[in-house]
Amino acid sequence: MRRRFVIGKILGALSTLVFVVVFNFFLFRVVNDDPINSMFRGRNLTPEQLDRLRVKFNLDGTKWEQFVAYVRQLLHGDLGYSLKSSRPVSTVIAEAIWPTILLVGTSTLLAMLGIALGYRAGWRRGSTFDATATSVSMLTYSMPEYWIGMVALGVFAAGLGWFPVGGLNDPGSTLTGLERILDQLHHMILPATVLAVAYIGEYMIVARSAMIDTSREDYLQLARAKGLREADVRKRHAQPNALLPVVSLSAINFGFVLSGAIAVESIFSWPGIGQQTQFAIAGPDFPMLQGLFLLISAAVILANLAADLLYGYLDPRVAGR
Amino acid sequence: MKANVSNAWSRLRHDRLAMISLVVLVGFVVMAVITPWVSDRDDIRAINTADNPTWASPSSQFILGTDYLGRSVALQIMWGSRVSLFVGLAATLLTIVIGTVIGLASGFFGGWTDAVLMRITDWFLVIPFLPTAIVLAAVLNRSLWTIVFVIGITSWPSTARLVRSQVLSVRSRLYVDRARALGAGRAHLVRRHILPNVTPLVMASTTLAVPISILTETTLSFLGLGDPTQVSWGFILNEAREKGAVDRGAWWYYMPPGVAIVMVVLAFTLLGRAMETVLDPRLRET
Repeated sequence: MRRRFVIGKILGALSTLVFVVVFNFFLFRVVNDDPINSMFRGRNLTPEQLDRLRVKFNLDGTKWEQFVAYVRQLLHGDLGYSLKSSRPVSTVIAEAIWPTILLVGTSTLLAMLGIALGYRAGWRRGSTFDATATSVSMLTYSMPEYWIGMVALGVFAAGLGWFPVGGLNDPGSTLTGLERILDQLHHMILPATVLAVAYIGEYMIVARSAMIDTSREDYLQLARAKGLREADVRKRHAQPNALLPVVSLSAINFGFVLSGAIAVESIFSWPGIGQQTQFAIAGPDFPMLQGLFLLISAAVILANLAADLLYGYLDPRVAGR
Repeated sequence: MKANVSNAWSRLRHDRLAMISLVVLVGFVVMAVITPWVSDRDDIRAINTADNPTWASPSSQFILGTDYLGRSVALQIMWGSRVSLFVGLAATLLTIVIGTVIGLASGFFGGWTDAVLMRITDWFLVIPFLPTAIVLAAVLNRSLWTIVFVIGITSWPSTARLVRSQVLSVRSRLYVDRARALGAGRAHLVRRHILPNVTPLVMASTTLAVPISILTETTLSFLGLGDPTQVSWGFILNEAREKGAVDRGAWWYYMPPGVAIVMVVLAFTLLGRAMETVLDPRLRET
């Protein structure tokens, strides 16, 4: 792949990351001028105590000094301390990240079934299958993911009792080894399915329209004229070309699924990034919120970079010579 | 322009789904408008509902039952429709205004302006929308206007992109060159040639932005970032969850707000897509 394209994309991603860092700093130190005062409002602290807190949370000095100190901290992987637990934000995040990766990863894989459905619907546009799949997708697309979660909990957990109502394991569980893993899977089925249902529609709709665009191309007529069977035309010639828009979508969708996980995790008491975000909002625990926002943004920026590079690799026309 | 609109409308009228959506939306707007006349805001204040049964399932007195304080769920939905629709529409208006101004400036002036504005647009497109809205709402005061502002400031980039590309395509057309050659100024060009050609697509994109704004409002309220003094659909869902409606099996409490959200969002989405198809011939599927 052309070096200029790759370097351009990487620089673009870096500039976005710098923007997020500046935005993050600006938001929590400038818009909210004196976070210490607003956080400890009504706690009756003496001015000396407040000053000590300002030093601890790096809020003394001019804005520029604060910014330099903030960036220096970031470069050392230091995200400050949570106000609620007084633990380092990076430690809390490190603990919460695996449950989220597990949940978001599983539901993304499930939601990607939408690509297959979309291809089929687009290939047979106007068929009953197409009409049904499109309507269902539009419907699930319109549902807030946390509401799907509440309904699923109401029916399958509280109502039928097939699944636990939340958590990663049963409280006080002493299971070990394989049984423990199976128990976690049992806990994950409902939240992962809910997230997948909420986002399968977007994969389906994009894959469908990509397939419709591709199905008008001349090279498909050529393939048919060569005497290829319809199934081969679809598998060998149409599907690979309809993959491109889906690649870009996957990166955008990754951001959506991660965001959707915020509300869904808190409904299912899933101990991940999303639940921590909900806790930080309720605090409010600004250093925590700041760290979480940085992490989520960085993850989405990286996913976008990966998708851009993959796109350039799959479609050399984009990357230039 | 006028001929275009009536032409588009007559084509839209033959789209059955679009017409059903329109009827649903008019229904919700009528509900939002007449609510203050048919009920009293005080009827859903906890002080006045002490005599009502709590967690009552639907009955002839309370058609959608009551909540943990004995407040009528149906009345909350009605009052909530005002907040949800207001925030959805106001936030969309803000989104469209910011997006159109930036898109117009970018496409019309080109050069450095374009490069800088599009860089900023790209930043906002890439950083995840909901987390940005969450941190913004968290540091600002809890009010309806905060929510409107937060949604507007995070969701304009796609409109800006759309407007810019439309401006670029209009700008290169011959009649614009002709007008310029005849001595038309920038203001005249924008007003008479660029805007009229950009407006139809902006309208379709507005219709598609409303459901996103409404969904974002409900999510922010659900996460506890909404205005605590105003009942919105997301706020009802937030309370329902916190008070354990799901565990109690109080479906009449958490189902109706969700159904209302889905109906409004679906109707706006279907209508917006139908408008897009009518206005953009390339999207018309044979």
